[in-house]
Amino acid sequence: MDRLFELGSEFWIAAAETLYMVALTLFFGGILGLVIGVVLYTTRPGSLIENKAVFNVVNVVINFFRPIPFIIFIPAVQPLARLVVGTGIGNNALIFALSLAASFAIGRIVEQNLLTVAPGVIEAARSMGAGPLRILRTVVLPEALGPLILGYTFVIVAIIDMTAVAGYIGGGGLGNFALVYGYRQFEPVITWAAVILIVLFVQVVQFFGNWLARKVLRR
Amino acid sequence: MALVALRDVTKTYPSPEKGGDPIVAVDGVSLDIEAGDVYGIIGYSGAGKSTLVRLVNALEPATSGSIVVDGTDITNTPERRLRDMRLGIGMIFQQFNLFNSKTVWKNVAYPLTVAGRPKAEIASRVDELLEFVGLTDKARSYPDQLSGGQKQRVGIARALATSPQILLADEATSALDPETTQEVLALLKRANREFGITMIVITHEMEVIQSIATKVAVMDGGRVVENGDVFDVFSNPQVPSSQRFVSTVVKGIPSPAELDVLRERHTGRIVTISFRDGDASQAGVFLELANAGLEFELVYGGINDIQGRAFGHLTLAIRGADDATDAALARIAEHVEVTEVA
Repeated sequence: MDRLFELGSEFWIAAAETLYMVALTLFFGGILGLVIGVVLYTTRPGSLIENKAVFNVVNVVINFFRPIPFIIFIPAVQPLARLVVGTGIGNNALIFALSLAASFAIGRIVEQNLLTVAPGVIEAARSMGAGPLRILRTVVLPEALGPLILGYTFVIVAIIDMTAVAGYIGGGGLGNFALVYGYRQFEPVITWAAVILIVLFVQVVQFFGNWLARKVLRR
Repeated sequence: MALVALRDVTKTYPSPEKGGDPIVAVDGVSLDIEAGDVYGIIGYSGAGKSTLVRLVNALEPATSGSIVVDGTDITNTPERRLRDMRLGIGMIFQQFNLFNSKTVWKNVAYPLTVAGRPKAEIASRVDELLEFVGLTDKARSYPDQLSGGQKQRVGIARALATSPQILLADEATSALDPETTQEVLALLKRANREFGITMIVITHEMEVIQSIATKVAVMDGGRVVENGDVFDVFSNPQVPSSQRFVSTVVKGIPSPAELDVLRERHTGRIVTISFRDGDASQAGVFLELANAGLEFELVYGGINDIQGRAFGHLTLAIRGADDATDAALARIAEHVEVTEVA
């Protein structure tokens, strides 16, 4: 316990690093994932802007990358990270890899949630003379908003989970803190302190996500 | 020129199995729908009527044939122009298809926003429409807070928002209970009367046709097998599928099974007398029988009112001397159709 107080500032820096990685990943991965999901949804056969070629390419790319375990995915995209963020190690390199991996998962979740919108509702909008982009913006996305919020909540929790491996490429965060100061130095109290804070983050995110979804769905 | 004119329209879908025969949903249909008509299209599920109605606002493109709506052939019109055309055609649905994420008010405002109307005009028009359908107090409610009948009234307000010339109703009352069905049909009738809107009403329920349609087409296997004025089709259906539909609301000549039951309960000769609007009155027929000293009772049938015109089939059990009965029936047969059924 004393050791934990000694490391006090390190602990809080690690917590801040986790939040930093999660926030930026959610921002970049969230937007990229939304785009991927919307493209998958709108181009699939029978949908708003049917385009077999685009759909098949995006679909195959996602199916290719999705099954790669994250810990292997990080070194695999390291050259790309050097190109884009200028470094292959540290928190920012991890955010790059994480955003990419998360966007594929988010893309699928967005696609699935948009597919829950009843085809009849889209047909009704078409019968009123609305075009595909307007339908997407004013009907499909608002109608699917509740499930989308729950989907993103699920993803945030997964991202918090994934940031734990940041230490692998020299990044920080609570996961790294728990491994370096807790596990490797035989200090279970420190490991558990990190665990409890991570659990707390997850609880807050889940609670807020559920609350927002309920508000949107009015139940 | 009819407001909606279909000429030899066919719609086929590719077979779900590879190399199978394509599915013919609509098969060589020609129909003329005049301005102001309430045109009913009836058929069993799978008869092609829902597909047919979607060809009129080009939600589905026709495979062949021509569809002229208000003078424009929509079969070779680009999608962007079709969107403008759809502003002039409202549509309501069996499952209402309201936007659950929007309030009643915003649902009704939606087509007006699509049409690019100014905000002030949208506001006054939505209020007017909600009043028309009697839902002013529900403006801020969401669809999931409404009953089925209220949802369909929102659907109707939304479909009427841009003051379209044509309203398409796809099984609009099939998800509603009988009482609510009558409410919604009354509202549609009122829209037809007050705004002169032309309606194409798809249904599998003959009651719907009976209560609002002026013309009817019977569909079977993608084809229109019979069409004409509702009164003519009801009082004298020509093809078996029309006869089956008519028999769901009109008691005609009793079937052999029904005759057996009647025979068990009634003695004497059983005769069906068919009245059509303008024929001899029932009073005349009954007087004839009474004057011949015959005893008779009404055992089956009824009189129907279609568009303010009456017709029907009354089956009587007549008891009395055979020659007197023959003579009386012969005199009656000069004015109305008489069928001796047993």
